[in-house]
Amino acid sequence: MSDLTHLTIAEALKGLENKDFTSVELTEAHIKAGEAAKDLNCYITETPDQAMEMAKASDAKRASGQTGILEGIPLAIKDLFCTEGVQTTAASHILEGFVPQYESTVTANLFGEGAVMLGKANLDEFAMGSSNTTSYFGNVINPWRAEDGADRTPGGSSGGSASAVAARIAMGATGTDTGGSIRQPAAFCGIAGVKPTYGRCSRWGTVAFASSLDQAGTFARTVEDNALMLRAMSGHDPKDSTSAQHAVPDFAAAMTGDIKGLKVGIPKEYRVDGMPAEIEALWQKGIEWLKGEGAEIVDVSLPHTKYALPTYYIIAPAEASSNLARYDGVKYGYRADESQLSDMYKKTRAEGFGDEVKRRIMIGAYVLSAGYYDAYYIKAQQVRRQILNDFLEAYKQCDVLLTPTAPSSAFVIGENEDDPIKMYLNDVFTVPASLAGLPGMSVPAGLDAAGLPLGLQLISKPWDEEMLFKVGGVIEKCANFSALPQDLIKKAA
Amino acid sequence: MSMDINTVHKVARLAALDIDDAGAEKIAPQLSNILGFIEQLSEVNTEGVEPLANVVDIELALRKDEITDGDCREKVLANAPEETQGFFVVPKVVEQES
Repeated sequence: MSDLTHLTIAEALKGLENKDFTSVELTEAHIKAGEAAKDLNCYITETPDQAMEMAKASDAKRASGQTGILEGIPLAIKDLFCTEGVQTTAASHILEGFVPQYESTVTANLFGEGAVMLGKANLDEFAMGSSNTTSYFGNVINPWRAEDGADRTPGGSSGGSASAVAARIAMGATGTDTGGSIRQPAAFCGIAGVKPTYGRCSRWGTVAFASSLDQAGTFARTVEDNALMLRAMSGHDPKDSTSAQHAVPDFAAAMTGDIKGLKVGIPKEYRVDGMPAEIEALWQKGIEWLKGEGAEIVDVSLPHTKYALPTYYIIAPAEASSNLARYDGVKYGYRADESQLSDMYKKTRAEGFGDEVKRRIMIGAYVLSAGYYDAYYIKAQQVRRQILNDFLEAYKQCDVLLTPTAPSSAFVIGENEDDPIKMYLNDVFTVPASLAGLPGMSVPAGLDAAGLPLGLQLISKPWDEEMLFKVGGVIEKCANFSALPQDLIKKAA
Repeated sequence: MSMDINTVHKVARLAALDIDDAGAEKIAPQLSNILGFIEQLSEVNTEGVEPLANVVDIELALRKDEITDGDCREKVLANAPEETQGFFVVPKVVEQES
């Protein structure tokens, strides 16, 4: 039964329909695979009993002739989505033991379409990080290894989600992407990941980090599987005022393979200093693939690209400092034992938050404080508009943009820890689209010389995720990425 | 720009984070480093540019002014570190005479 874990979601749906196996068998196979891969630390909370219950219910539902888009498919849920009756921590000590009394809209949508939850996936604390090393519940390990055998990061913040899907212990996973937290880990783990347009998925019931940037999205091993998941979790939600009224298309139907005459923009500013030659070469390969399939390549310019990271590191911490003000030890979560109220607040927060979260809260409080608000926060919002305008200008000449996803492959855990700025640079290619609210996808496109996966990123116009799936499907076919993580090869041997 | 220890203490107070002098000494250069990084924005000419707060063209929807939720006190209190008789309990807030 172990080969059930190597199926794609689309294949598994066919197998379930043909009665080749049941959701109970499919779910059990993934729970077993998860038990054998505990060293990766993908989950903060595993929910095997609940998973089996959900799988049983799904089998019964299917037998009665009702089948949702993801009927019977076992998924990992990033531990940033509130799940009713199941601990939700945001990977923070301050939320340890928090058991939501309600279900997030995204997970409710997925479960409504038949998805089975395997557990709550590990992440960077409050989704703040690019290596999943800020989690209170320990680092996540990437199943991909170079020859040195060293433990590598799965990327972040959705590291547990990406690692679980790559390690074949979940068929797909939810993620959230504020500045690259889906696309960068997807690239590091050799899987596909999609951040849709801001407003496509409801933020209701998702632990907030930076509200004007946070957007839920998907991880799966194929582009088509991402399309199925995204369709299941998207849609308007009156409980989120920034959730859009747009109809949800059948994203998978956009994967026609026909990209003849499409204009693919190549932003020259994404050729950054110090980018490894292998990534540059892979980007060039991607250009050749799309050209070979009949697309037209257009050079475009996004002149404010270099200001995207500094803009992000004003706006995101500012919003985080406001959002995280709610953790005060009164209503839920951790409380420090102090006899004075103000001391209780301060100690609770000092003991409950990790270092990176505290840094961002303090930067946020600083840039919003009297005398600095205009110089930092308003200035960043102005540059943010210029970044958005850059994209809108580029889309006058092209339909979609092609770039590398990240400036490196998965690095060894512990690297880039000495200096927060070095860590922030991981998101240099993903942050601009986040600031502009645009949909983006990372597709696994090749391996570097060390045998580690590399991804290519597509960025499309607002609400045009179909373009991502159309072009992403073509890259996937041309790249024919079939390599397995070294951890899996070792286990099979 | 660098952040001195006094500024760190001020910001920590604004953010309701307990920090001692050693902690402030440690975090000051890290925050200064980040501030130096974000100050690159001063090079950008933003004259006359309208600040962008919401990226997508969504008009905030109005709904009927009616009660759609409620009667769930137990759920609201379910995760409270301390509660009694339907209330959240916090340490005493009345100043004591010394």
